[in-house]
Amino acid sequence: MRALPVGDDALLVEVASGEEAQALHAELLRRRTEGSLSVGEIVPAARTVLLDGLADPARLAAELTAAEVPSVPARARAVVELPVRYDGPDLADVAAHWGVPAHEVAHIHTNSEFTVAFCGFAPGFGYLTGLPERYDVPRRATPRTAVPAGAVALAGPYTGVYPRSSPGGWQLIGTTDTVLWDHARVPAALLAPGTRVRFVPLGRS
Amino acid sequence: MTDRALSVVRAGALTTVQDRGRPGHAHLGVPRSGALDGPAAALVNRLVGNPPEAAVLETTLTGCAVRPRSTVTVAVGGAPCRVTVDGRPVAWGAPVRVPAGSLLDVGAAMSGVRSYVAVSGGIIVEPVLGSRSTDLLSGLGPPPLTDDAVLPLGRPTELHARVDVAPQPAPPAELVLRVTLGPRDGWFTPDAVTAFTSRAYRVSAASNRIGLRTEGPALERARTGELASEGMVLGAVQVPPDGRPVVFLADHPTTGGYPVIAVVRGADLPAAAQAVPGTPVRFVKVRRRQPT
Repeated sequence: MRALPVGDDALLVEVASGEEAQALHAELLRRRTEGSLSVGEIVPAARTVLLDGLADPARLAAELTAAEVPSVPARARAVVELPVRYDGPDLADVAAHWGVPAHEVAHIHTNSEFTVAFCGFAPGFGYLTGLPERYDVPRRATPRTAVPAGAVALAGPYTGVYPRSSPGGWQLIGTTDTVLWDHARVPAALLAPGTRVRFVPLGRS
Repeated sequence: MTDRALSVVRAGALTTVQDRGRPGHAHLGVPRSGALDGPAAALVNRLVGNPPEAAVLETTLTGCAVRPRSTVTVAVGGAPCRVTVDGRPVAWGAPVRVPAGSLLDVGAAMSGVRSYVAVSGGIIVEPVLGSRSTDLLSGLGPPPLTDDAVLPLGRPTELHARVDVAPQPAPPAELVLRVTLGPRDGWFTPDAVTAFTSRAYRVSAASNRIGLRTEGPALERARTGELASEGMVLGAVQVPPDGRPVVFLADHPTTGGYPVIAVVRGADLPAAAQAVPGTPVRFVKVRRRQPT
């Protein structure tokens, strides 16, 4: 684990893997909840956790790097289920990358349990991990100018669901009607870092 | 319907509602947003007796014009500009009474980029995640002003401003941004890091509320490959593939995949918000501040 200073009052903690980043994030949230960590923002990402708004980043850096990252605590959190129609325009391309028939994509995707590793790109857009590494796919060579809201998509090791229509380069495999982001709702984001997710097939794939 | 409202007569090039933004939601992909020149927004609020968190208007280069439906006190600050009420010149940087139905015209910036307009009672559009700020990256908050839009106003507090006029910094002729290196300065060649903190840059016309873009020496990377997405802070100097540094401002994305060579001191960002395209920029390396 490395803790890199960022400006005067932030720290970027870098770890070896996504799993370690998720474990570290869970531990930092625990410390904030119990009151032993005072911080403005805790922002997990692919292999880092950013802590912004710290009174003494150097002291926390020394403390964190001296300690082991604890293993991910067993989560009591419920699983969010997202019903999906596996009707995406890139389903055949994804099947070709995976070396499976097209109808197998839905099967493989719905048999994995996902965790929101981090959010970014747009409010409520989660980067979900959970597929075995052999199912990583590249981004599309040419991004789409408009991906519809509710599109379920793959890129690299991640699955994402577009909370609203936006440009995007991910491979679209399906659609959900579930509202991912509603600022009038509490909480506004259905998916937050650490949330467990399962995709449930709807109709024919 | 309440008569406490502003009618927008001339929206200007880009006028948005801004307060102190919505920090604390970066982990959900929500930018902080908020007034780019925070001290100017706080000052105009103080001049009209508003609390510092009241929402104000932030104009961009060309000003705006509004007509209050009831008599209000306003103050215009930030970028200096001509201010008129029904065509008659009134003070900039001081409280001004605008009678119900009169036209307040905030002229084009004479220097700087963004003028701030506080109205007694504040603008009370519906907050989103605790803030009324327009976020141009993610589309949260009210849309930018359009001609004929109507903005509701709050009730003025009983507080009276303790100041009539207040000094405001002049927009910068040269923008000096103090930076601490890292976290990803190691992704650049030593020559690039030296160039970054010693050569002259200029503010690019492509700058906006998301970032202050610059023109100048391209910074060469010491390593190829992609950086995995990581969290971004306000003031981060991100270097995209074209090698020209971009300083992240209030509407910056919460995560990013281009290396951050340095971070600008927060105290220097209000001046960045007022630097017109073409302004010379120098990045000056400073030591990290020690906690007191």
